[in-house]
Amino acid sequence: MAGAAATVLAALLLTRMVENEYVFFAGYVVLQFVVLATAWNILGGYAGYVNFGSGAFFAVGAYTSVALIQAFQAPLLVQVVAAATVTGAMGFLVGALTLRLRGIFFSIATVAIAVICETVVINWSFVGGARGIAILQPDTPVGFASYNRMLFVAMTGFAVLAVGLARFVEISWIGRGLRAIRDSEEAAESVGVPTLRLKLAAATLSGALMGVAGAPFPLYMSFIEPVSAFSLNYAVSALAMPLIGGTASWLGPVIGAVLLGTVQQVVTVTISSELNVLVVGLVLVVYVVAAPQGILGLARRLSRREGAGR
Amino acid sequence: MPPELLIEAIVAGLLLGCFYAAMSIGLSVAFGLLDVPHIAHPAFLVLGAYGVFLLGQQGLDPLLAGVLLMPLFFLLGLGLYRFYHAVFEQHSDAGLRGLAFFFGVAFIVEVALIRAFGVDQRMVDAAYIGTSLQLGDMRMPTRMVIAFAVALALTGALSLYLSRTFTGRAIKAVAQDQTALALMGADPIRIKQWAFGIAMGTCALAGALLIIVGPVEPGLGRLYIGRTFCVVVLAGLGSMPGTLAAGLILGVAESVVLTSLGASWAPAVAFGLLLLVLAVRPAGLFGR
Repeated sequence: MAGAAATVLAALLLTRMVENEYVFFAGYVVLQFVVLATAWNILGGYAGYVNFGSGAFFAVGAYTSVALIQAFQAPLLVQVVAAATVTGAMGFLVGALTLRLRGIFFSIATVAIAVICETVVINWSFVGGARGIAILQPDTPVGFASYNRMLFVAMTGFAVLAVGLARFVEISWIGRGLRAIRDSEEAAESVGVPTLRLKLAAATLSGALMGVAGAPFPLYMSFIEPVSAFSLNYAVSALAMPLIGGTASWLGPVIGAVLLGTVQQVVTVTISSELNVLVVGLVLVVYVVAAPQGILGLARRLSRREGAGR
Repeated sequence: MPPELLIEAIVAGLLLGCFYAAMSIGLSVAFGLLDVPHIAHPAFLVLGAYGVFLLGQQGLDPLLAGVLLMPLFFLLGLGLYRFYHAVFEQHSDAGLRGLAFFFGVAFIVEVALIRAFGVDQRMVDAAYIGTSLQLGDMRMPTRMVIAFAVALALTGALSLYLSRTFTGRAIKAVAQDQTALALMGADPIRIKQWAFGIAMGTCALAGALLIIVGPVEPGLGRLYIGRTFCVVVLAGLGSMPGTLAAGLILGVAESVVLTSLGASWAPAVAFGLLLLVLAVRPAGLFGR
């Protein structure tokens, strides 16, 4: 709790001390990936169900905000809560899919859901349809130099919340149950682990957090259109970051998101945004080949070797 | 919808469906028979299309270029499978990491193509592109008829190969029971490597069809991830006639929706179909 409060406070202080606006612009994106990767890891890392549709959850969260802004200029907090509710329900549906589908079939089903959501949004002119829609940022709240600085602090809060929830899931009996499901669903079921209820809970929580990651996106960008909101990059990043960091612990997605997210920002600015995709691809291949358990696994292996040498 | 329009949509869908089957047949071998989560398959289709584009600039016919590229892609497939097997399959955790690996490969191919050719759309020239055939009252674009014929030939050839030849039967056997095949004195890994090579080889010819049917850009592969996996799952893993049938179903469904609701709804219906199959009959139409 103290750590969580300190992190948010540090973010708040940062908005006072740093002049450069770009720091917050880029920092927001990295934090948004922390939320997304952490959310993915709850279902993908702990329970072993690989969601390829993270981009859709993110975008549905964002478009829930757009719909609310369009309808009655809803404030940010209302947007986030509504987005979490909608994508949480979506997550529940995905969780119900796991009744019949395992492994790659589950993953393909999530891709299908993503494409269906995208098609619906493209055909829904109220939220801008295929052409996209411009969103006006409200007045900058008192005490902040810019609206994006406020969003940066808010996203820090969401990231802390997401990581806290993931950590709670991991160390509680829920996490043990999910790990049992990942190792052998039949065995878990036969010793009395309530597999379906656990999977539904994990999928709902994971979905809701992804919606939270996407909810402030329209205000942050001031513009949103379906192709970039539903971009495959979100889906792949959400899965690449935990894999890079290590899927076994809540710390893994955070490490992966900060590393890969920062590298992506630097590459986008210094070289080009298409190389961004190359970086994700290369990093993904290198890590799954060379460090199967992610950075955390690598660190553990190194420290064990050191310990044996002494 | 008036009946003439519906019939026209169905005919167009049948042609389109054969084209989809040709796009998916390699994946049907790689994923359906060998259980390799080859997400990069569509990226290699696009790579094949660009290879055909390059040869086409030298004045080569696109179909001929596709056939010429097949051995090259076959070798590429041998190498890729060797690597995949050594790094992932041997360690029994091939699932998630293998998937992530092929995702990475797909991204690398895509960016390599962007670096080499830029993001512009590319197309090829041939006498039969842009003309159409008249059949009764209906006009069919010749390029679609060619895709139709090549898809039929490809499916037929692969079906025959898998059921008549020794190696083909061994590939089917390795899909059923790898250990049993090893006990019969055949090396399952070499058989799988061979089969994966064939799967990649079809990417060259299918890539030629891709650029014959329409202009190609590096990111096009992303569009086909869903379609190809939809066809393979709908078919029932590893069935060649099933792949053709599933392609036809997808093609007709897309085409009918295209003419009745409009182009923007077409992809959703294809995927709705996929979800329906996954929910009701995960084994597919011709499941093993």
